[in-house]
Amino acid sequence: MLHLRVAEPMRECEYSQISTRSSTPMETPYKKRTPKRRKWQAFPGRNKFYCNGRIMMARQTGVFYLTLVLILVTSGLFFAFDCPFLSLQLTPAIPVIGGVLFVFVLGTLFRTSFSDPGVLPRATPDEAADLERQIDVANGSSSGYRPPPRTREVVINGQTVKLKYCFTCKIFRPPRASHCSLCDNCVERFDHHCPWVGNCVGKRNYRFFYMFILSLSCLTIFIFAFVITHVILRSHRYGFLNTLKDSPASVLEVVVCFFSVWSIVGLSGFHTYLISSNQTTNEDIKGSWSSKRGKGNYNPYSYGNIFTNCCAALCGPLPPSLIDRRGFVQSDTPHPIPPTNGTTMYGSTQSQSHMMCSGEEPVQDLSCCHTPAAE
Amino acid sequence: MATEFHNLQELRHSASLANKVFLQRDYSEGTTCRFQTKFPSELESRIERPLFEDTVKRLNIYYAEAEKMGGQSYLEGCLACATAYLIFLCMETRYEKVLKKIGGYIQEQNEKIYAPRGLLITDPIERGMRVIEISIYEDRGSSGSCSGSSSTSGSSAR
Repeated sequence: MLHLRVAEPMRECEYSQISTRSSTPMETPYKKRTPKRRKWQAFPGRNKFYCNGRIMMARQTGVFYLTLVLILVTSGLFFAFDCPFLSLQLTPAIPVIGGVLFVFVLGTLFRTSFSDPGVLPRATPDEAADLERQIDVANGSSSGYRPPPRTREVVINGQTVKLKYCFTCKIFRPPRASHCSLCDNCVERFDHHCPWVGNCVGKRNYRFFYMFILSLSCLTIFIFAFVITHVILRSHRYGFLNTLKDSPASVLEVVVCFFSVWSIVGLSGFHTYLISSNQTTNEDIKGSWSSKRGKGNYNPYSYGNIFTNCCAALCGPLPPSLIDRRGFVQSDTPHPIPPTNGTTMYGSTQSQSHMMCSGEEPVQDLSCCHTPAAE
Repeated sequence: MATEFHNLQELRHSASLANKVFLQRDYSEGTTCRFQTKFPSELESRIERPLFEDTVKRLNIYYAEAEKMGGQSYLEGCLACATAYLIFLCMETRYEKVLKKIGGYIQEQNEKIYAPRGLLITDPIERGMRVIEISIYEDRGSSGSCSGSSSTSGSSAR
């Protein structure tokens, strides 16, 4: 009976051919048993899932419905009350263009709200134990007190970047990733959590978000301009007061558009700036790459020119979702034999995640769309 | 394949998973997907260094290919935008195609190189692209128990 030890040099192995088919998110050929639960049902973050895991949103979706209602009602009133007059008096292209814009706005809104923003799945227990071991070795075993903040430094394009350890997800966050306190997930290339779309904005849905606000700006300006045109043209013929009587909806549309246009166009402009300099809202608000922090401080992710930055953000390859919402949970998880396993792990409780000693302060911002990004 | 799987089922319970080694991501070139090629000490007696480094380098090349920004990816992005992303209902993204290729490559490597040495590489996509997990198995008994395992993330109830 061969007793093989790890310390022995390379030897002839007598392992039989093993099936190396492991179920990947893209192919699930065999179900070893009949698992009943899908992964989204066991998802540890604070997200809501619909359509059996196809749709993923944040927990609070009230403001999203408000956004939807505002867009639908304003556009609906425009098509119902203003378009008939305008298409007759001016050109039928107006409702057509309006329709195209409207469909595009809704499409990008749904895409932003329902897709996975780039959530990083939490570490498996083995990974977490391995990391803990590495950290303990690096820090030296500490007493009962909380050890100092766990960070790793990495040099990217000549700039030193600190990678922080996430106590909730038990991983070292990749650069540009951040933990969303509202959704309780680490998100790659975290931009911000947007209550208006009811989801985080991150690596996988940033381009949809940008196209949403851009097309919404166009739609808002479009509706605003043509409603004013409609009122003016009608007033010339029938008088101003009669116009208001015949088309009261126009007043509502003008009011909604007037107040929306400033924030939405402003937001579009802001994000255009962010895209062209390849920054996230999170980085910009914290001034991570601002020259005020130091002379040698620059953005290591920027490609140097605006065109490449824009292309990268908007037309770059779209990575697939890492969380495999619709896959099945596999209940058997063999763990390595101790003593390699069994190091103390910090319990991932909610209180733990709030006590993060990363030293980051909540990002306070008055803009309605930007809520605190990290703890 | 089905019969092998049956053997796997039996072997799984008598298999002895000794250790797991994790290869972390290498962020020195930014946020693109790259894994560290440092040879873990636990594998020194198990596999030759050039073979191992070859595998990791090859994986890094594949990931770089998936994330490459060039004419093809821009074209794909613009076409997708023009069709309101509906085109992805019938077509795979280039990234997904490369990931499939990677899955096939890892399987091939496992079959040819790693399994005979009592090792198993888990596809990084199953670990959220954070690590390459290499499971080390102890040979227990003459049946040579080695079984594939993939502990999935999220399986531990939180």
